[in-house]
Amino acid sequence: MGQIQLNQVTKSFGDVQVIPPLDLTIEDGEFTVFVGPSGCGKSTLLRLIAGLEDITSGHIAIDGTDATDVPPAKRGLAMVFQSYALYPHMSVRKNIAFPMRMAGIDQAEQNRRIDAAAKALNLTDYLDRRPGQLSGGQRQRVAIGRAIVREPAAFLFDEPLSNLDAALRVGMRLEISEMHERLKTTMIYVTHDQVEAMTMADKIVVLRAGIVEQVGSPLELYQRPGNTFVAGFIGSPKMNLIEGPEAAKHDAATIGIRPEHIDISETEGTWQGTVGVSEHLGSDTFFHIQSGLSAEPLTVRAGGERKLKYGTEVFLTPQIEHLHRFDQHGLRIA
Amino acid sequence: MATQHSRSAARLMMAPAVVLLLGWMLIPLSMTLFFSFKKYLPLRGDSMANGLEWVGFANYTRFVGSSAFWPSVQATLTIVGGVLIITVVLGVLLALLLNQPMWGQGVVRILVIAPFFVMPTVSALVWKNMFMDPTNGLLAYLWKFFGTEPIAWLSQASLPSLIMIVSWQWLPFATLILLTAIQSLDGEQLEAAEMDGAPSIKRFWFIVLPHLSRAITIVILIQTIFLLAIFAEIFVTTGGAFGTKTLSYLIFQRVLESQNVGLGSAGGVYAIILANIVAIFLMRIVGKNLDA
Repeated sequence: MGQIQLNQVTKSFGDVQVIPPLDLTIEDGEFTVFVGPSGCGKSTLLRLIAGLEDITSGHIAIDGTDATDVPPAKRGLAMVFQSYALYPHMSVRKNIAFPMRMAGIDQAEQNRRIDAAAKALNLTDYLDRRPGQLSGGQRQRVAIGRAIVREPAAFLFDEPLSNLDAALRVGMRLEISEMHERLKTTMIYVTHDQVEAMTMADKIVVLRAGIVEQVGSPLELYQRPGNTFVAGFIGSPKMNLIEGPEAAKHDAATIGIRPEHIDISETEGTWQGTVGVSEHLGSDTFFHIQSGLSAEPLTVRAGGERKLKYGTEVFLTPQIEHLHRFDQHGLRIA
Repeated sequence: MATQHSRSAARLMMAPAVVLLLGWMLIPLSMTLFFSFKKYLPLRGDSMANGLEWVGFANYTRFVGSSAFWPSVQATLTIVGGVLIITVVLGVLLALLLNQPMWGQGVVRILVIAPFFVMPTVSALVWKNMFMDPTNGLLAYLWKFFGTEPIAWLSQASLPSLIMIVSWQWLPFATLILLTAIQSLDGEQLEAAEMDGAPSIKRFWFIVLPHLSRAITIVILIQTIFLLAIFAEIFVTTGGAFGTKTLSYLIFQRVLESQNVGLGSAGGVYAIILANIVAIFLMRIVGKNLDA
């Protein structure tokens, strides 16, 4: 069980309101990702849910019961911190046992849960080591182990992978998704990395300056971004956003087109431009093309074999059915 | 410092300092050892020029045989132990308190450190005359205010009074080191413990205190070195009376009051031995905190 409901929640630090009134429901068993640029209030929101910060006004309900004034320990949530926050003077076993020890669970049950968690997380050989003797990935696993043994109503992750190197990050991403499939527990995951959000989430909550810009499944957000911010934030490389007369032709203030929805040709097309830097990824090639349409170069995806020299004149044709249109407030038109 | 050349140059550069330090340490030490085996009573006409009589271990047996010896060792250990306990316990509590965000934090921290800047002689005299004086002291007024007979602190409760004075001097040192240690504690660890269901007392016991263990070790070791040799506080308050004669004070009396250099030197060697015994004990107990 682990349905979390935020009702008109606000948070102010002094005079500065970092979270304006916010409503959000996280369903039981859902993997929800809060994503947004740094300083958008996503970590604050997580800490409000955890109870590490007091909310200024509004209500938080966990499983239908009001938890606004419940202390963090009593909310039945477990949190994995960015710095892992392992206790450096305790062995891995003691670290994992700590929450159970605080809850007064008997020793036999503690050992059973520790062994189960260690086995699931490949930590069995490291139980007697100190955190300082472990690698980053192993520390991360210990932090997750410490969360799992509590059998919480929901897991909260605060940018857990940002201290790992790229290869480990991909591995841990899969492990966490795997864990979610197995445990079917509610998880809330905070990240600034939209790739993590896209790959892991059931539901993505895009935040900017404490305001929820859009909520939806990864593909919904990708295919039908609600405004220019979400359009620009979700997807890598970014969506091309074009303003001005070219947008006006489509009855919009801004039009957006993803790199994979532009056809590139050396002979004919709607838009004209000059090839800038090309990035060869093997499977795909991204061309950055200077055109008069926008200040930033347009990004165009082509097949991995496609080669175009720097400075080549090319023509671009957007696939009209994949064109996104936004009004002068940045909101999606139809 | 990789090449042969730079290594030998470095040795050459360091040599004067090393020689100076060695001399500074070895000459007094060997002279103490030398005198401790000699009969040297300047008032009876003994002098280096006349040649000193070799007496073997006579000074050593006489120093230990004196009725003042064991009480002095006991007084030394009581003072060191008492001050260590008070400064570490109060130091941890004060550091916790000063770590809380509050108005005027900077000023309060400086005020807390202030006693450390007062010379031992001065602070002991201030305590003796302003606080502990049985007729005019502030504490006497306090006692009278509550209708009880004032205590003659330095004669009736001499050791506790001395421990109080010395603790007051050393508390800032302990607080300062422990405060910096507390400030280096990762806040996320405390939050993690909070989420793990540890109330504040348990967070202190399981997270903060282990984090402080290394700093506490350093405080204990450094303070012990200085506390074994406290002298000024005793000299200006009790003058060694009322059971406050520490080992270092006893040596002072043997050398300067009895004018017996040989006996005092033997006492000095005992003091070195005592300091080493204490140091070994401390290293055994707390030294492992310095690893890792």
